[in-house]
Amino acid sequence: MLGEFDFDVIWRSLPYLFKQGMTFTLTITFTAMGAGIVLGTLLAMMRLSSFKPLAMIAGGYVNLIRSLPLVLVIFWFYFLVPWIGQWITGAERPVLVGPYLSSFITFTLFEAAFYCEIMRAGIQSIPRGQVAAGYALGLNYWQTMGTIVLPQAFRNMLPVLLTQTIILFQDTSLVYVLSISDFLGAAAKIAQRDSRLVEMYLFAALVYFVLSYTASHYVKRLQARLAIVR
Amino acid sequence: MAMIEIRNVSKWYGEFNVLKDCSTTVDKGQVVVVCGPSGSGKSTLIKCVNALEPFQQGDITVNGQSLCDPATNLPKLRAHIGMVFQNFELFPHMRVLDNLNLGQTKVLKRDRATARDRSLELLKRVGLEAHAQKYPGELSGGQQQRVAIARALAMDPIAMLFDEPTSALDPEMINEVLDVMVALAKEGMTMMVVTHEMGFARQVAHRVIFMDEGSIVEDTSKEEFFGSPRSERAQQFLSKILHH
Ligand SMILES: Nc1ncnc2c1ncn2[C@@H]1O[C@H](COP(=O)(O)OP(=O)(O)OP(=O)(O)O)[C@@H](O)[C@H]1O
Ligand SMILES: [Mg+2]
Repeated sequence: MLGEFDFDVIWRSLPYLFKQGMTFTLTITFTAMGAGIVLGTLLAMMRLSSFKPLAMIAGGYVNLIRSLPLVLVIFWFYFLVPWIGQWITGAERPVLVGPYLSSFITFTLFEAAFYCEIMRAGIQSIPRGQVAAGYALGLNYWQTMGTIVLPQAFRNMLPVLLTQTIILFQDTSLVYVLSISDFLGAAAKIAQRDSRLVEMYLFAALVYFVLSYTASHYVKRLQARLAIVR
Repeated sequence: MAMIEIRNVSKWYGEFNVLKDCSTTVDKGQVVVVCGPSGSGKSTLIKCVNALEPFQQGDITVNGQSLCDPATNLPKLRAHIGMVFQNFELFPHMRVLDNLNLGQTKVLKRDRATARDRSLELLKRVGLEAHAQKYPGELSGGQQQRVAIARALAMDPIAMLFDEPTSALDPEMINEVLDVMVALAKEGMTMMVVTHEMGFARQVAHRVIFMDEGSIVEDTSKEEFFGSPRSERAQQFLSKILHH
């Protein structure tokens, strides 16, 4: 049965798969991670704020996002972002955004909700006395957060943040609904063109598995190392 | 001259009345020891003095500045009141030296070299200059608390607050911390110290405050307090801790 397989198609399409597909997949993964962690941290600070309206807005946002299927959010944003852009810039017609920019914005906003919950747990894991010590030195809220609480919270939560990023890496394959050639999208296109569905999808699965598994392995090692230092 | 003035301060946690109409004064250069049973509100009172805890009634002034005055810049005022905690609260992700530099550079806006010189000078003073590059987790409890005192002193405080600075320490480390505090008291630092170390109180305190159930029950000179405390609660309390 294996004889019917044409594994050569993989070899031939490697440059396209990786140069185009994987490059996009990794770019959107790392962009959404960076921007998502920054935004998520701000959301976490809002959720923990003693100023109730702020906490409610952030809480509402996070709970809303977390209860929606990602595919739906991708679609929604694709159709909504042009209108939001028009509303913000006051342009006469919807701002052309295109699937690429739209997917970056979507993943950042979506992942921010998940990173928010991780950072919230991280911030809450820092003893209140640390905050008191910061204030007692005369530091203000932003200085106390920036120099005392967040560095410790981030460090404690680094393995969890990275694990969430591995999930994000896999989830980015959903951009296929916008016909973007990410790694999976590129593989799918070749599969259709050359009628080599089994080979291409098997290969794509293998690549996602190897990368995710390797990354998880390193996260576990990092976790062990952080545990010793603490 | 009054450095810390607490006037009719009351505080509630919801329904629970933690502080009941507390009033006292700490003059410049005075050492006042605050003692009392667990849960009597000592920590709460001392945290009110640098506005780490808000209170609903009364007023506190430090060096003439009222905490309740909206014009008072609280972070700025706190920067000049040193505070030492029961659990040290050193910043575990920073080296000892950086723990001392942080407030100096961020709040007092000293340049790094000046801050560093001051930090090393204070570490030397508490006998820990050899540990400047270590992380707090690498030090013993007694050493950590001495670093915490040096960190507070690095801000050139006009008064120091201590909340049970030795009660988290192993017995053999208590004295190394008390020695630093005694030296500080003898130099004329204004100090408000929550502690059950009656030896320390006897040696350097000017006054002793005894708290019970949120009230200041007794506020007398050291001699009077150890000679003949007036309230029965204070007598019971004293006999309990002096027999230990
Ligand atoms: N955040 C809080 N919310 C509600 N109650 C509190 C809070 N903090 C303290 N309390 C209560 O207020 C009372 C006084 O607390 P405080 O810590 O000031 O006592 P203390 O005299 O310092 O006791 P200890 O010797 O145990 O340190 C206690 O009964 C405590 O349970
Ligand atoms: Mg206490």
